[in-house]
Amino acid sequence: MNNETSYIGQPVNRVDGYAKVTGDAKYAADYNAGGLCYGVVVSAGIARGRIVRIDASAALQLEGVFQVFTHENVSGLAWFNMSYKDMDAPPGKHFRYLQTDMVTYSQQPVALVVAETFELARYAATLVNITYAADAHTTSLTGNLDKARPPKGKKTGFKKPANRGHFEKAFKAAQVTTDVTYYQGAEHHNPMEMHATTVLYYKNGSITVYDKTQGVLNTQSYVKSVFGLSGKKVKVLSPFVGGAFGSALRPQYQLFMAVLAALELKRSVKVMLTRQQMFSFGFRPITQQSLSLGALEDGSLQAISHKAISGTSQFEDYVENIVNWSGMLYHCKNVQQDYKLVSLDTYTPLDMRAPGAVTGVFGLECAMDELAYKLHMDPLELRRINYSVEDGSMKKPYSSKALMDCYEQAAARFGWSKRNPRPGSMKNGHLLTGWGMATGMWDAMTVPARAKATFTADGKLTVGSATADIGTGTYTIMTQIAAETLGLPIDHVTFQLGDASLPFAYLEGGSATAASVGTAVQQACLQIRERLLSLAKDIPDSPFRELSIEQITFADGKMYMSETPANFIHLKDILTLTATDAVNVTSTPLPNIFKQMKYAKNTHSAVFVEVQVDEELGSVKVSRVVSAVAAGRILNPKTARSQIVGGIVWGISGALYEESVMDHQFGRFINHNYAEYHIPVNLDINDIEVIFVEENDDVVNPLGVKGVGEIGQVGVAAAVANAIYHATGKRIRDLPITLDKLL
Amino acid sequence: MNNFTYSQATGIDNAVNEITGHEKSMFIAGGTNLIDLMKENVLHPDHLIDINGLHLTSIEFLDDGRLFLGALVTNADTAWHPEVEKKYPLLAEAILAGASPQLRNMATNGGNLMQRTRCYYFYDTSTPCNKRTPGSGCSAINGYNRIHAILGTSQHCIAVHPSDMCVALRAINAVVQVKGKAGERLIPIEHFHRLPAYTPQIDNNLAHDELITGIILPREHFNTHYKYLKVRDRASYAFALVSVAVVLRLKEGVIDEIRIALGGVAHKPWRDEGVENWLKDKPATDENFAEAADMILQEAKTFGANDFKPALAKRAIVRACREALNREI
Repeated sequence: MNNETSYIGQPVNRVDGYAKVTGDAKYAADYNAGGLCYGVVVSAGIARGRIVRIDASAALQLEGVFQVFTHENVSGLAWFNMSYKDMDAPPGKHFRYLQTDMVTYSQQPVALVVAETFELARYAATLVNITYAADAHTTSLTGNLDKARPPKGKKTGFKKPANRGHFEKAFKAAQVTTDVTYYQGAEHHNPMEMHATTVLYYKNGSITVYDKTQGVLNTQSYVKSVFGLSGKKVKVLSPFVGGAFGSALRPQYQLFMAVLAALELKRSVKVMLTRQQMFSFGFRPITQQSLSLGALEDGSLQAISHKAISGTSQFEDYVENIVNWSGMLYHCKNVQQDYKLVSLDTYTPLDMRAPGAVTGVFGLECAMDELAYKLHMDPLELRRINYSVEDGSMKKPYSSKALMDCYEQAAARFGWSKRNPRPGSMKNGHLLTGWGMATGMWDAMTVPARAKATFTADGKLTVGSATADIGTGTYTIMTQIAAETLGLPIDHVTFQLGDASLPFAYLEGGSATAASVGTAVQQACLQIRERLLSLAKDIPDSPFRELSIEQITFADGKMYMSETPANFIHLKDILTLTATDAVNVTSTPLPNIFKQMKYAKNTHSAVFVEVQVDEELGSVKVSRVVSAVAAGRILNPKTARSQIVGGIVWGISGALYEESVMDHQFGRFINHNYAEYHIPVNLDINDIEVIFVEENDDVVNPLGVKGVGEIGQVGVAAAVANAIYHATGKRIRDLPITLDKLL
Repeated sequence: MNNFTYSQATGIDNAVNEITGHEKSMFIAGGTNLIDLMKENVLHPDHLIDINGLHLTSIEFLDDGRLFLGALVTNADTAWHPEVEKKYPLLAEAILAGASPQLRNMATNGGNLMQRTRCYYFYDTSTPCNKRTPGSGCSAINGYNRIHAILGTSQHCIAVHPSDMCVALRAINAVVQVKGKAGERLIPIEHFHRLPAYTPQIDNNLAHDELITGIILPREHFNTHYKYLKVRDRASYAFALVSVAVVLRLKEGVIDEIRIALGGVAHKPWRDEGVENWLKDKPATDENFAEAADMILQEAKTFGANDFKPALAKRAIVRACREALNREI
């Protein structure tokens, strides 16, 4: 027994890598069909008001333009609000495209021009003449803080802020306090691939939808309910997604537009948003948050108050967990939390990588740094002193928490012990070097997921689940889990996803996929093992007849007797010898709720950052990052590292570069293109080191996996801001920290 | 983007003939800016005359020792040309500070002179913009004007010219060679671009029937003390918030000649020869550079989001002058 089929924990190359670099991997807009026509969306130029008139005559006169869909000619769609609700919808009245003359946000899609070619549709779209009656709009969060109110309703995953102890009293009694306010502007997801949907229309009225989505089942159910179609008529496929970061959690309007046009025109239709239109839907909400921390002189936290006010739309209440982290991360008896919303004339914000935590932990971890300076204490020491082995908000121990190891390993690697705490202490010419650190935290969630598996007589295994791979490596890790569980060479295993006909999987998001779908895949393969053993027992003179599954090892394409590995059988021979074509199973893992309920389940990280600030010109370079992550078992250190590095890059981006700037004259995000919406370029990103700290967890799931999609980004912006303070002595409390703020 | 027709010019005269009298025709070379503007529905030419086949692709010395840069030489080939690197390193430094390698490989020298502003409102057809639609108003003056001008603005436009290359050309005193229906003429770089005044829709003094054939660099070289400093929001692939091109020559410990051109602050590369003369015969000190910067920026007017620019420009001027002075040869 060589056991060469051990893949979990190995840096296996992406199984879809070859298809991606050769162009074989097709994305939603890559699909074509005979008679395919193209839809281009016309976006509203005002933020609030009414469409008085839409004159599409010039567009319709062009030969090859089939239709201009507007609220004036779209009808017969679902009536109830419920029909427009999707799996990630926040509470409220979900937006109905092309069904109203009211404009509720700038860039609202108000018409769809469909033509024979993309070029023609794009040109015709410029000829659609819209007359508006504009009303005054409200787009400033900071100008409307007095209108803040509690959110209405609930959203999956949202935890209500909770108080404990007596904040006011404890804060007054504290020896050292800090009381600060932070501001973050909006950010748009902007994945590389713009949102696109291609709908293939068939004569019998059925459609195949190629959609950019983080959940094919979400797409399918939305299309079914909005357009009143039966499930049989709607096939949804999304085998490859070019990044999403949460932007494809909700069905976006190109899906609605493409399906509408296909059904109305009885033709295949493709609709792709422009880069500018990528700023026309969900985004990380504009947020102002206030933190008050009180401690004793020994550094022990006595009181934490965390209050946040975020913007939402006029029609839905988007909520995320911003303030909750302050009740979880540190040991503190008196915690006060408050979370409110202000309705603005924008579209509804949307989950964006580590939603809530990227915002709230930024505030908390900057405030901790400010407190550390007031205490004349090392910022890392302050975290150690207030380390918590339980989630104080739920009074539950963590299922595992190797954060202390993160602190130690990252600090050692970074050289933190050599830090002189005095701001400006590391100066070379006009360059000021600063070192900052922060903690990161995210949830280790499990969501419902099923998987099916088929093992065939040629020795090949196919496993499938209706999940998504948004570039994270889902294909790869699921293939690893399946191959190792059944002991097959990895190239004998195919994993399928992004197909609504596959077994149920919840939305791909929140770092829950590796744990949830991974468990379903593992369980399906375990079920196949049982079936293979049972078949093997039917073989005449089978040496396996008296054995239970615990006495068997699956490896190298064979089934071994664990005690006497010389006794084995090739897995495919089991099928051949029993005249079985294939073994099929479907798994529905049920987590051990009673065991899990006793614990808080989270991932943690410690981020250390070095910045160089040009003292004269204010420009900042992040020269070094060390991040240590505790996220349970790492299935694939290569793809996991990519996740963390990507998160760190985005954390740097949020700290220094990124903001969708609202022009309040027009109520419009005005820098809506890649030239002026800045994300870091290669030259901005320097040394990044990722350490995965060992963390064993048998509570979260049988694989011990916690997920790594979000944790990499949380805390990074705070570490950058804290490093800038160490370099310059300047506390910049609104992001991004552009150079003008440091002059 | 509207439909348009397309032809390839067979020669310079042919190109000029093709465009003469056709107000909606445009030349296209690298197309790195024009195509974007067409896609965003900002520009609507009905005919494009492709000039890429013209023989304007050489860099060579003229008989009098001046260096001729063909209008169709790419920005990349210009920056890496041995004679440019050797004699006009400021220009190479400025070009390489602009855009990205991919863009510099496509973009031409003539096109660089012709690039349009990056004002957010110029690009967004849902908002008023006097440069795009004369008379509609300037959205930037009361809007988000972080990247906008502080010098030479008008109440009709506060856009800036986005080029890096042109800022260096201004310091070098380059001359733009153009050919039109009326024949060839030379336009000194300082007279090529315009201030917005009442007609911000007109970026420069090139007539519609004129084609840029090349850029001529004067004989005198400033290859000892020079600096192109670009201050921007990220390390690459961002337009200048402020940029400074400095060349200087010392004589017996004092400044013999200095030229300071600014980018990112005006509708054209900005120079103040009066201040440069004031620096002549003065010691090359931070104090003198700072005083000069104050004089250059004396008339600066800000609009809110760009309030930081005068302070930044001053620091950038001092830094660039100092680095030009201290450059290790």
